[in-house]
Amino acid sequence: MRPTAPSWLKVLVPIKRTVDYAVKIRVGANGVETAGVKHSLNPFCEIAVEEAVRLRERHKKDIENITVVTIGPPKAADVLRTALAMGADSAIHVEVKDGVIVEPLAVARALKAIVGEEKPDIVLMGKQAIDDDASQTGGMLAGMLSWPQANFASKIELDVAGKSVKVAREIDGGLETLSMDLPAVVTTDLRLNEPRYASLPNIMKAKKKPLKKLKPEDLKVDFSPRLETVKVEAPPARKGGAKVESVDEVVAKLKEAGVL
Amino acid sequence: MLRSISRTSQRSLARSTIPLRSFATEAIDPQGPSFGLSEDQQAFQQLARDFTAKEITPVAAEYDRSMKFPWPIVKSAHATGLMNLHIPEEYGGAGLSVFSSALISEEIGYGCTGVSTVLEANGLASAPVIVAGNEQQKKKYLGRLTEEPLIAAYCVTEPSAGSDVAAIATKAVKEGDEYVLNGSKLWITGGGVADWFFVLAVTDASAKPNKRLTGFIVDAKSSGITVDSKLLNMGQRCSDTRPITFENVRVPAENRLGGEGDGFKIAMQAFDITRPLVGAGAVGLAQRALAEAARYAQERKTFGVPIIQHQAVSTMLAEMAIGAESARAMVWRAACAKDANDPRRTYYASISKNLAGQTAVKNSSMAVQVYGGAGFNEEFPVAKLYRDAHIFTLYEGTHQIQNIVIGRQVAKDFAV
Repeated sequence: MRPTAPSWLKVLVPIKRTVDYAVKIRVGANGVETAGVKHSLNPFCEIAVEEAVRLRERHKKDIENITVVTIGPPKAADVLRTALAMGADSAIHVEVKDGVIVEPLAVARALKAIVGEEKPDIVLMGKQAIDDDASQTGGMLAGMLSWPQANFASKIELDVAGKSVKVAREIDGGLETLSMDLPAVVTTDLRLNEPRYASLPNIMKAKKKPLKKLKPEDLKVDFSPRLETVKVEAPPARKGGAKVESVDEVVAKLKEAGVL
Repeated sequence: MLRSISRTSQRSLARSTIPLRSFATEAIDPQGPSFGLSEDQQAFQQLARDFTAKEITPVAAEYDRSMKFPWPIVKSAHATGLMNLHIPEEYGGAGLSVFSSALISEEIGYGCTGVSTVLEANGLASAPVIVAGNEQQKKKYLGRLTEEPLIAAYCVTEPSAGSDVAAIATKAVKEGDEYVLNGSKLWITGGGVADWFFVLAVTDASAKPNKRLTGFIVDAKSSGITVDSKLLNMGQRCSDTRPITFENVRVPAENRLGGEGDGFKIAMQAFDITRPLVGAGAVGLAQRALAEAARYAQERKTFGVPIIQHQAVSTMLAEMAIGAESARAMVWRAACAKDANDPRRTYYASISKNLAGQTAVKNSSMAVQVYGGAGFNEEFPVAKLYRDAHIFTLYEGTHQIQNIVIGRQVAKDFAV
């Protein structure tokens, strides 16, 4: 009898470099100021990387490889290093020029091309990026690949033998649990896990892990934006509030304002 | 919303210094001075910053009150690789440069300098072993520190010999292939929790001051060692500081560092590594004082405006920023000098330690002032900073001793 082929799984984790969430964003003449501003790994992507690493910890031998991929300027290599230091095995950087805006559609197309090359069994990614707040890439990618998708995951259970995944997802009223065949796309919500920090020795080891650089041309994907940003404005400044002395005063003020 | 946003104690990240437009036509010389950090250094800094925000800052006040030794933080820092930074890779350490270590020390000092002193104590005790230990000593004693979260302590100061290291009275007498130690040490950081000590003792009382002393590695479990109860200090209260008595403590001769009479030189060389790092901790404190004061000054109103709009307060904050930035620059300079084995490293180390220590004292004092009455109250963070800061002009060589070191170099530089 022929031995069964090993049921190793490959995980692909697309990640994004965004302005750090702790930075107070400023709007300048050409949109949000990003020059000289601290950037880091998008928090939802961090959760996706963490989950990939945890899946491997749980299913030691069954997961063959965790690849992280980012599409962004030369500096975006930083976040790949972060992900490698957290436990990913290899990285792919699709390098675009500084200042080039890559819309979710282009990202999904690029990821589709990369999925074709890498043949992952599961694509694990953040539910949204905190910069454009689009929350579209995961869905678009699943659509293009005709793969099932589970968005806003707060629990992921992998069935390696059955080649399926069970995902509890955060919906408006509570939780919903789905079961899907692999390959599939899963996007991560905040409650899924608490990302680890990359330890210092792992930061040093990450340097030695493979990082492949690609150009948009290599993927034969059209990156041209379909939307034109007309302008970016700061939200209207709130008028300074006032402190009141008593509960009665609060109620009176609210009534005065017609809220109560 | 974002759970991570609730990690508010995270320090806001300063904009980097990348110029938007260079007005010079000449390309930047890659061999020349640079104030940029490498990708690795940025990652180390970020790791230390995240670790501090998550595991040190939230519990610092509690450890200050309880004065308990922060074992959970030590264990966690050890597991994360944030201890024993400049122990070479062969012995399980990270083998970081003094510069990279300084980046980390500053971040940890920002959270709590009591904790940074606890973590730094290992650096201080292991420095003489790194500088002068033989292969076997390094493997055994440095290896221990990297394998397990253990503490080592540096025992030099005595009740009547601190700054005047040559006045040390603890004796080591050779008997066969052992030395017998007798004497007492004081203000030993980590004294009550250490696994081993670096001890400086007199081996030849008749020799010149810089030839009288010899350094030893002493196992804390050796019989004859009495560790007294914890000393209650004004600041850095979670750090363990104790008197230790050595009574006929037998130390195998193989635990002698270098040759007989080399102790003074070894202890002084270790300072080239540790002084910039102590300075870095002080910069962390100075920066924290600035951050706390700057935030408070924008929230607190008097005479109808946030107090930062009063020129007197704004000027104080400017002075604090000048202090923190310049002290950091000097710590970087001293750390680079040590990493490059610059012959002037000792001079720079002393300048950095003095400037940073002074700035920590000044900034914490001004932070109390900006806070007003609240600054005098222990419910607010700045009173602790004020108490913690003063040690930086005392330990690892007082302000005055550093000035002597610096003064000597000045006299050489401008010899007449």
